[in-house]
Amino acid sequence: MNSAAGDTPLVTEAPAAARSPWRRFASEFAESRIAMAGLLLLAAIVVVAIAAPWLSPQNPYDLAQLDVLDSKLAPGEHSSSTGKPYWLGTDDQGRDMLSGIFYGLRISLSVGIASTAIALAIGLVLGLAAAYFEGWVDTAIMRVADIQLSFPAILIALILLAMMGQGTGKIIAALVTVQWAYYARTVRSAALVERRKEYIEAARALALSQPRILFRHLLPNCLPPLIVVATVQVAHAISLEATLSFLGLGLPITEPSLGLLIANGFQYLLSGKYWISFYPGLALLATIVSINLVADQLRDVLNPRLKR
Amino acid sequence: MSDSAPLLEVEGLRMHFFTREGVVKAVDDVSFRVERGRVLGLVGESGSGKSMTGYSVMGLVDPPGRVVAGRIALGGMDLASLDEKARRKLRGGRIAMIFQDPMMTLNPVLRIDTQMVEAVLAHQPVSRASALQRSREALERVGIPSPDERLRSYPHEFSGGMRQRVAIAIAMLNRPDLIIADEPTTALDVTVQGQILSEMQALCRETGAGLIWITHDLSVIAGLADDVCVMYAGRIVESGPVDEVLDRPMHPYTRALIDSVPSRNTPGRPLAQIRGMAPSPLALDEGCAFRERCARAIDACRAAPPVGSPSARRTLRCVNPAA
Amino acid sequence: MLAFTLRRLGQSLLVLVVMSFLVFVGVYAIGNPVELLVNPQADEVERLRATAALGLDKPFLEQYATFLRGALHGDLGRSFVYNVPAIQLILDKLPATLELAGAAMLVAMALGIPLGLVAGLKPTSWIGRTIMAGSILGFSLPTFWVGLVLIMLFSVHLGWLPPNGRGQTVVLLGVPVSFLTLDGLRHLAMPAANLAIFKLSLLVRLTRAGTREALLQDYVKFARAKGLPPRRVIGVHVLKNIMIPIVTVIGLELGSVIAFAVVTESIFAWPGSGKLLIDSINQLDRPVIVAYLLVTVTIFIAINFVVDVLYSALDPRVSLGAAASAH
Repeated sequence: MNSAAGDTPLVTEAPAAARSPWRRFASEFAESRIAMAGLLLLAAIVVVAIAAPWLSPQNPYDLAQLDVLDSKLAPGEHSSSTGKPYWLGTDDQGRDMLSGIFYGLRISLSVGIASTAIALAIGLVLGLAAAYFEGWVDTAIMRVADIQLSFPAILIALILLAMMGQGTGKIIAALVTVQWAYYARTVRSAALVERRKEYIEAARALALSQPRILFRHLLPNCLPPLIVVATVQVAHAISLEATLSFLGLGLPITEPSLGLLIANGFQYLLSGKYWISFYPGLALLATIVSINLVADQLRDVLNPRLKR
Repeated sequence: MSDSAPLLEVEGLRMHFFTREGVVKAVDDVSFRVERGRVLGLVGESGSGKSMTGYSVMGLVDPPGRVVAGRIALGGMDLASLDEKARRKLRGGRIAMIFQDPMMTLNPVLRIDTQMVEAVLAHQPVSRASALQRSREALERVGIPSPDERLRSYPHEFSGGMRQRVAIAIAMLNRPDLIIADEPTTALDVTVQGQILSEMQALCRETGAGLIWITHDLSVIAGLADDVCVMYAGRIVESGPVDEVLDRPMHPYTRALIDSVPSRNTPGRPLAQIRGMAPSPLALDEGCAFRERCARAIDACRAAPPVGSPSARRTLRCVNPAA
Repeated sequence: MLAFTLRRLGQSLLVLVVMSFLVFVGVYAIGNPVELLVNPQADEVERLRATAALGLDKPFLEQYATFLRGALHGDLGRSFVYNVPAIQLILDKLPATLELAGAAMLVAMALGIPLGLVAGLKPTSWIGRTIMAGSILGFSLPTFWVGLVLIMLFSVHLGWLPPNGRGQTVVLLGVPVSFLTLDGLRHLAMPAANLAIFKLSLLVRLTRAGTREALLQDYVKFARAKGLPPRRVIGVHVLKNIMIPIVTVIGLELGSVIAFAVVTESIFAWPGSGKLLIDSINQLDRPVIVAYLLVTVTIFIAINFVVDVLYSALDPRVSLGAAASAH
């Protein structure tokens, strides 16, 4: 090959500026205006839920603040005692619906997030273990998960609650039981793909300890699908809890979530006092829709197969 | 349609992808012709735009890609003047295409006979039985034994070589004037590759169809093609009759490609490589895209290299060619 | 094929036994077993008698064996409230639930698949976006709340449809069905629509995702390269590929619809097994609860089994017995 005689210095083209993965993720997410709207709505809901005691016009669970003469007032009517307007009406006990909704959001969100977080932790550990140790550990865990996933969530929850009875802890336990298998399966699939990749071989060759390989190396790469699943599952958990509460099997009446509020108002529906059920339902809907909008966009952004 | 017009004439074809990150000029001012009964080889690395050229001729470019300029004429007829329905009639009829991976190009859940018969019926108003008969004959012609059994099978029941033969048979069903083969043998073993190559060559000679063979493998072109176009970064850098171009390559890239084919080295010597990497398709400018890796690059290479004709049947896009 | 079927059947039976064991453990072992099986109103003498009669003073495994034997004979105890065999109660109410679930699934399929196909083919058009937005809404709406809104709108406000109960029934093949009468349809409309919305949205999303992925595949490009009309490319090539996973999902979701009918039945007072379950839980009628759980679990396992076998039959790539000749 003849050497390049008389080479003149070439222009070196500057490489395209590399954007950090976080910024790229954020900008891709922001491409969907609907998803951003969902995110905003969700943020607003979370703020309301956290600040409920300060934002609510009334503490609906403090009997001293209730006036039973104000019961079943339509939205916009005023209290006969204090003259303050009830923006969304009152229920059969004279409780301000708006306040009830704020507190209800708080409970619905907490239960949903708590159960998801616990289920995530359990599913994560089990899924990673199944993928990493393979063999009978894998088969055992996945068999149980598969069987459980072949039954609809509501049925499992009903079985558990029928056996265990009511109570906040029991509801959370039921929600956790219903969800863990999704996480375990997702993590396991992602981990199985990852562990075949070379960087795990390298880590093993360096004789790093197994937990270290698991947590520092495998885990971060399994996160994207997990985040998508977790987000969707929070919405499911909230919805399921509301359904169970509506059926009378959920949270006790001392901690009324939105589902219970809706259940409470059901009996007044046919007589036209719709607001007792309707507005809590709207709040529930807003929460679930916003979560799903965010989750949808997350899924599209994080899905490698749809990348052009 | 006059006989003197070449079978396919492509002039100044430009096809761009309009993506989030910028415009990718996948096909950048490409011109060539194909004559009846002759084989044109389109050679280049992956990303050189050779497959995209094929899709553009077929009219199979999907958004975000779009043909932005250029003339494609089949037998003198300008394809751009046709509406989509007319173009669809040409596809699979007068122009056929064969793809690289036959496992994925054949629909895995449909039987072979379904996939062949539908190709016939889409272009000719014949009976199913007659279409089936044609399919059977086509399979025989490409050397598939016991065609009746094969017709009733599914793609996954065939080996890679057989599947590609089926794809070829499908392409030949409606006796096309032009066949575009996009790396059809890349996914196959070397022995099968050789068979398919000679079979295709024979088929084209028999039927008088023109063939565009798209590949990254120069050695395939050497044995098969009559003419060759070498592509790099969306442009044709050199073209001409295959013997001339391979014996006396003028563009440094063509030279480097030829030199890097293993058989040309005496055993024991290190393999010659082209240094550097293909440029990112987003970072291309008007100048010669090869200049970063070229041993003969000079200042003038920064400007758009003009297309010259060093001899009657050759073209060259280089300001400092290896003589 | 036969070997596969038998193997799956064996697996299903195993799962059934395991589930029955779990239910047994849940009901008999958690808490005071006597409380669970004896009428809560019974006095001390009753309890002692029941304990002996039910064999609750015997070892655990023996109790389980007795339970199994009884279950296999269809004897799952008598309802406290109605004083008829629990299983009979469940089986009486099952047709109503199945009718509701079937109607809901039908609506979901008839609307969901075409809408999903359209959304997948034109994802950026306004119709595609509207369908997707609608599906997110349908997916997020809690079923029970939608039921409430439906009642509000169609019963209270417009007065078009009855808010509860099942309509007039006729007997078809020995089973009472209500969709054959106009009155029956009027009563079926809202509950079925209510139950269908969630599955409908699911199917729309699934079909859309499947269509989008299928369109990126090479076989679609090849089909177009053959000059096939778009109608055929989509209607045959794409559809056949996406139908396989969709059919499996539909099969699995059928079970889920039956379970979810519990909610719809409660709202619309539809006299099915779901409503019976909720009432039983609230009335502490435990034998009925057990009977419901076992029947439903059996239905589930049966559906899963059928779906598995169907899937292998539908997808030609799944080799069931003889080794495929591909090499």
